[in-house]
Order: sequence, then structure tokens, then C-alpha cells
Amino acid sequence: MFLAKVFSKPDKPKMYYRQIMNEFQKQGLGSLGIVLIISVFMGAVVTLQTAINLENPLIPRYMIGLAARDSMILEFSSTVIALILAGKAGSNVASEIGTMRITEQIDAMDIMGVNSAGYLVMPKIFAMVTLMPALVIVSITIGVIGGLVAGVASGVLSFTDYEYGIQYAFNPFYVVYSIIKALTFAFLIMSVSSYHGYYVKGGALEVGKASTKAVVYSSILILIFNLLITQLLLT
Amino acid sequence: MIEVKDLKKSFDGREILKGISFVFEPGKINLVIGQSGSGKSVLIKNLVGLLDPDEGQIIYDGREFTGLKFKQKKEIRKEIGMVFQGGALFDSETCANNVRFPLEMFTKMSDAEKQKRVDFCLNRVNLDHAHDLYPGEISGGMQKRVAIARAIALNPKYLFFDEPNSGLDPKTSLVIDNLIKEITVEYNITTIINTHDMNSVMEIGDKIMFVFEGNNWWSGTKNDLFYADNQELNDFVFASDLFKKVREVVNAK
Repeated sequence: MFLAKVFSKPDKPKMYYRQIMNEFQKQGLGSLGIVLIISVFMGAVVTLQTAINLENPLIPRYMIGLAARDSMILEFSSTVIALILAGKAGSNVASEIGTMRITEQIDAMDIMGVNSAGYLVMPKIFAMVTLMPALVIVSITIGVIGGLVAGVASGVLSFTDYEYGIQYAFNPFYVVYSIIKALTFAFLIMSVSSYHGYYVKGGALEVGKASTKAVVYSSILILIFNLLITQLLLT
Repeated sequence: MIEVKDLKKSFDGREILKGISFVFEPGKINLVIGQSGSGKSVLIKNLVGLLDPDEGQIIYDGREFTGLKFKQKKEIRKEIGMVFQGGALFDSETCANNVRFPLEMFTKMSDAEKQKRVDFCLNRVNLDHAHDLYPGEISGGMQKRVAIARAIALNPKYLFFDEPNSGLDPKTSLVIDNLIKEITVEYNITTIINTHDMNSVMEIGDKIMFVFEGNNWWSGTKNDLFYADNQELNDFVFASDLFKKVREVVNAK
């Protein structure tokens, strides 16, 4: 019902376009910093942990690079980044829309005859779904670079080994799989968070609760869909 | 003109509106007064379509509003302006953009025409200097005036105000009251105000409905108030010593 309202025909496409551009700016620039920081550290830590666990001389050192690459592509850059964004963007959206609800801004739109759910939520979902694959690609790249820096700087493997490892047995479908997950998670984060914000009743306390619920439910759904998509696409 | 016929609304089995009937007249300020919890806000929310009544009819100039789908209601809603208690301005937009919003959404005006209309509306509420200010940067009274400017941007036929003077000092309240009065007469708007403010009632109330326990308990003009022998109405309107004395003076004449 809520999503039917969100995706009904826009009243004025030009206004929606402006909202989408605002959301690109807010969500894209707002999320890029945290994605970069988390990715570089995740790549570094994965590389060092893999190095510690691959002490066996029969296992070549370049496998560390391969493990770091596949960990970033398969799980960290899509799932972990999505969980972080569920916390950051999800709570932000739920509280923004929730505050608009309790201060009657949404009622004001409804009385004018504006489809408030469509006008407020659709641009957020569209922007996040469009941006998330790009953020995942950035995260993979930065994570692999973080692994390289940490691995080489700590002396656990050479630049050549790492470079060879990240190119070894590369399966492009893993990237497709990661992007499919990213698209799904982006939709879940924005729709679940917007829903909780849109239907808030009460005051500031309820907005806080809605924000928490948005993060909890979207995180749980991300984990469930992660399992389902993996089962469907990789097994 | 807005006709309300036998309007009923319940929440969880509790009857809030028990069959209200009334006619809100154009070019006049129609006041809905009553104690907190009497059903005034529920009535207003039904009138503007934020709630759907369980029974009864709401008729806007011969057009039945009750039971319409969202898209059908939209046509009537474009003729409705509403000013909320807190203003309900979009806080991420400037005052000018708040006023421009309905114009962007529902008109095919050129940018220059929209700008002209925004300038006119803000000028009408004496806020020429507030174009680029955000709602958070202006006072409560100014926010109400911006909200009025936004509400009149599309030349509405029906204007609703929910507690327009709450949180305002008496002088600013008077400014808002006079503004509402001028706009109502100037554009022949059907204005409906939900209020507790007895100063407003005495100042601008052309037609008054007193809601008590979900019923239209009494209706009349502000002059009729002084001679009404309705106990509940008198307990509400003349609760303060000041208004008791005013009534004594009026009745003594």
C-alpha cells in the first residue's frame, strides 16, 4: 500500500527531478566519506588477518591478495557497507520524514493534494538504488588498495604477490552478484526507513523510536536477503 | 460555502463527532470553538480530508467531498489552503520557496510569474524582507504569516486555520486576526478557524459554532454570545473574570 503510493505517477516530474538531485547530493556525498574510511580499514584488516592465518609454506603468499579481493567483493563492500548505511542514511531518513510528520509538514502537503509519500520517498529510494552500486565499486577499489598498503607496509607480502593475487582467478560474476546485493539492500534501507518515518505518531520520542526501528528492521532484512541472494546466485 | 451534514467519527469505538451539521459561509470568518477534546480538530481534519468520516456528508459548493478517492479529492484540495498551529513550513526551504511550492506543483506559470506571485503573497503578509530566510530564522508570528502567504498562493476558495494565535503575544495575535479578516473579505473566501482564543472570537468571529462533546451545541454570531443562555457555552466563553465583566457591561446597556 505504502509502496503503491510511493511509486504512483508523479504530480510534477520536474519537482521530483529536483528532489532526486538533492538526494544524490545528500546521500552520495554524505555517504562517500564513511564508505572510504570503512573500506580502507576493512581491506587492511582482512589482508593482515588472512596473512596471519596462511602461515603454511605450501600456500602461496599471493593467496592473501586473492582472499582480500574476494572478501571485499563478495561480502564486505556490499553487505557491511549496507549495514553501515542502514545505520547512517536509514536513521537519517526515518528521523527526517518522522519530524516532517509530527510537525504537520506532511499533512500540509496532503491537504494541498500532493502525493506526499511519492514526493518525499520515491526520490530517496531512486537516489540510493542508483548510488549504491557506485559506492560498492568505490568500496571494493579502496578496500583492495587498503589491503595492499597494509600488507606491503607490514611486510607480510610483497607488492608483486599482492598484485598477482588480486588478478588471480578473477570471476567477474562476483562483481555482478555484489551489485545485485547492493541494489536490493539500497531499496530495503530506504523503503523500510521511510516507512517507519512516514507513519510516526506522537512526538520527538516516537521519532527516535522510529529511527531505531528503521535501523534494526533494515539491518535484519539485509542479513536475510544476503542469505537468500547468496543461496540463489552462488550455490 | 461548505455544508456539513450529520458528520460522525469514532476512534476505537469512542464517538468523537456525534452528528455535526453546519454551514460555513463564504466571505465570512467561521469559528469553531470548544474545549480541548471536544472534537474540533477531528472536525477540521475531516473537512480537509486528512480523516474520513464514518457517516455524514461534506459538500464544497455543491460538490460532495466525502468518500472521494485521492485523485478526485485532489481537485477540491487545490482550492483549499490551510494554516497549521505550528505553521508546518518546510524547514529545509526558504520562506520564498515555501510559498512557491504549491505554485510549482500545481500551476504552469513561468518562473517570472511564479516569482511575481511569491513577491505578492509575501508582500500581502508584510514579509517583503523574508524571502531568503529559513523558517528556523524567523519568529513564530512571522512563520504564521509565511504559512498564510503559502496558503493563499493558489487563490484558495476555502481557508482553514488551526489555532492561528497559539503561542503568540496579544499584539501579534491581533495582527494575524486582522490579516485573516482582510484576506477573507478581499477574496470572498470561506474561512474556518479552529480556536480557543476568546480575543479572536470577539474580534473577528462572524459566525460561531460551539462544539461540545462532539455535537454542534450552539451557533450564532459574536454578538449573540453575550445573550446566549446556554450553560456550557457560557462556562467556556466567559470562564475568565475579564470576559464575565465584559458580558455584564454589554448586558447592562
